[in-house]
Amino acid sequence: MDLNFTPEEEIFRNEVRAFLADRLPARLSDKVANGKHLSKADMQEWHAILNTRGWLANHWPVAYGGPGWSAVEKFIFEHECCLASAPRIVPFGVNMLGPVLIKFGNETQKRHWLPRILDGSDWWCQGYSETGAGSDLAAVSTTALRGHDAQGDHYIVNGQKAWTTLGQHANMIFCLVRTNREAKKQEGISFLLIDMTTPGVEVRPVITLDGVHEVNEVFFTDVRVPAENLVGEEDKGWTCAKYLLTYERTNIAGVGLSVAALERLKRIAAQQMRNGRPLAEDPSFAARMARVEIDLENMKTTNLRMIAAVVGGGVPGAESSMLKIRGTQIRQEISSLNRRAMGPYARPFITEALEDDYTGMQVGPEAAASAAALYFNNRKLSIFGGSNEIQKNIISKMILGL
Amino acid sequence: MNFEHTEERRMLADSLNRFIAEQYSFEARDRIAQSAHGFSPEIWQQFAELGVIGALFRETDGGFGGAGFDIAVVFEALGRGLVVEPILGSAVLAGEAITAAGNDAQKAVLADIIGGTTIAALAHDEPDTHYELARVLTRAERSANGWVLNGAKAVVLQGERADLFVVSARTAGAVDDEAGISLFLLSAKTPGLIVRGCPTIDGGRVAELSLNGVALSPDALLGVEGQGFATLERAIGRGVLALCAEALGAMEVAKAATLDYLRTRKQFGVFIGSFQALQHRMADLLLEVEQARSAVINAAAALDADRLTRERALSAAKVSIGRIGALVAEESIQMHGGIGMTWELPLAHYAKRLIMIDHQLGDEDHHLQRFIALGRQTAA
Repeated sequence: MDLNFTPEEEIFRNEVRAFLADRLPARLSDKVANGKHLSKADMQEWHAILNTRGWLANHWPVAYGGPGWSAVEKFIFEHECCLASAPRIVPFGVNMLGPVLIKFGNETQKRHWLPRILDGSDWWCQGYSETGAGSDLAAVSTTALRGHDAQGDHYIVNGQKAWTTLGQHANMIFCLVRTNREAKKQEGISFLLIDMTTPGVEVRPVITLDGVHEVNEVFFTDVRVPAENLVGEEDKGWTCAKYLLTYERTNIAGVGLSVAALERLKRIAAQQMRNGRPLAEDPSFAARMARVEIDLENMKTTNLRMIAAVVGGGVPGAESSMLKIRGTQIRQEISSLNRRAMGPYARPFITEALEDDYTGMQVGPEAAASAAALYFNNRKLSIFGGSNEIQKNIISKMILGL
Repeated sequence: MNFEHTEERRMLADSLNRFIAEQYSFEARDRIAQSAHGFSPEIWQQFAELGVIGALFRETDGGFGGAGFDIAVVFEALGRGLVVEPILGSAVLAGEAITAAGNDAQKAVLADIIGGTTIAALAHDEPDTHYELARVLTRAERSANGWVLNGAKAVVLQGERADLFVVSARTAGAVDDEAGISLFLLSAKTPGLIVRGCPTIDGGRVAELSLNGVALSPDALLGVEGQGFATLERAIGRGVLALCAEALGAMEVAKAATLDYLRTRKQFGVFIGSFQALQHRMADLLLEVEQARSAVINAAAALDADRLTRERALSAAKVSIGRIGALVAEESIQMHGGIGMTWELPLAHYAKRLIMIDHQLGDEDHHLQRFIALGRQTAA
């Protein structure tokens, strides 16, 4: 047993730290640290900085432009980025579609799409959920009918996708579509790449309870998609879908995010006053903070145990469901404490204050501006990516054999 | 980073697990745990011969281990068997106190402790002080011939069978000062020492000690006068790790038994494990036991770290074990239904032990407060 990183891994950590100190713009880290909204340009800027260093697609093999990191190095990178308040890598192209194309795409697809993910030519979003297919993802009913005309083989797509995160910024969407209505529900699904500028695609914003435009509905009306945009075999898209959902879940726990959030919370609790003393000394609040800190330390080690198992040749399976559940519980608890720490100042809600050019009235401490909104936004954590109840079903079936 | 135990530790765990499976069946354990003696002297001797006690001591003290992960491996196995022999009290608590503070003459007894021929016990907790390291009301006063001790000690592990006690007593300061606590090493036969034993709900026996004008020679002082606190903290810290690992072993058994029950018990014509209400509870249990395992690893890894890092990791582990142990105990009984309430079901005894581990060396609340207080020292 040895919980320490190797000397080589420590060197790597220092390399990451030096890179972040040197190349992460303070303008971006300030926004992340204060819970302000990132624009598409902000995200593109950070992607470009990482890509220049060769660190953007850090889950990809070297042959496709990845850095060839071990699971431990990926963990360290993710962790250090969080501690430095770097923007998160927008996962849809780099972390989701990329690995699917590398595994299931043909050579033409790989050569065309992968470089465009890296250089930002395409901005991808994910067309999985539908209004009638949430936890029951295999119930997707958006249809793609195969046809042929003068311009070649194609699909005609009709239907509606829901909860499309950052779809308003995207020019491309990867979709699960039903290509066979006769087959059993998992067996009639295909994985299709759709250009969102095609006639018949319409993106409508959905404003979430925190007043934010993060998710969208995407409507497809007789959208013509070239047949060459099919990834893998027709009707075998569920294989791609599942691969995408389980790929690289070793960082699903969000340890770095929680460590950074807890550090911020501790700073806030040391400044906010209750009964004439810092909130951090309030017995009830201190107890809740201590409990989440202990849970986080335990989960970090659980995460590292899983990474060590992967490095040793194991495959991250249903264990990642445990990390997803506990990781989101911890992040939600920290958000909740952060909101409570603001007292009555959690209520004032000036949405413009979360934009970077805001110069208007500030009510209460600076951190109060985003506290309640972030808390409400983080309720999504236990719902998306397979709700925590679905994760328990997975644990029950795959690990417990019930 | 490496989460594999060394070959030596794996072999020790294997042989210990095999011994427990063969010699320490539930029926045998139940008999031993309820016996008038409170443990089996024959089994105790066999544990010593297996090297279980020696594994808990460093080489410089005559053992062949003594690291955090040695304690973790041994006690996880002991927890799987609900072992009641006085390994915690004699080898870990008293053993560490003698190791840390004893002079050469006092340390001579370690060979007998490792060999199992001498049983030692740490007597620190008192009727009016629960879990506090520094609160000591028992007094030791200098006399013409050495020391005189007066006071009482509470719930001492296997106290009736101990040959030797390490007793904490105040020689200076206010009742809760860290400074001014001294440790004494005394024979169970010392006049004025009265030992009254009783059984416990989770098996084995404990004793209440009265010290009524116990006269000791000057060489009974263990370590430096007034500086016993650091030794107590080290010894009890190792005991906390041992208890956490023991709980982990017990949790694993309780979890497996409950899972087995969900797969075999039928109601409404189906296995009860097919009900989602129970599946999700079982998934939570699994998730929590993995966190408990991580907590034990963190504590074992921190055992030789600086004081604040070590003590925070130990308290964090005891908080985690307290919470998760109770969860596993209560959920296991609940998912077993009526049969979980019976003495004849081994699971019920694992549940009792898990709950009672929270009543030894500081419960969840105690260690949560301690974790917070230590955190302030780190920040300061």
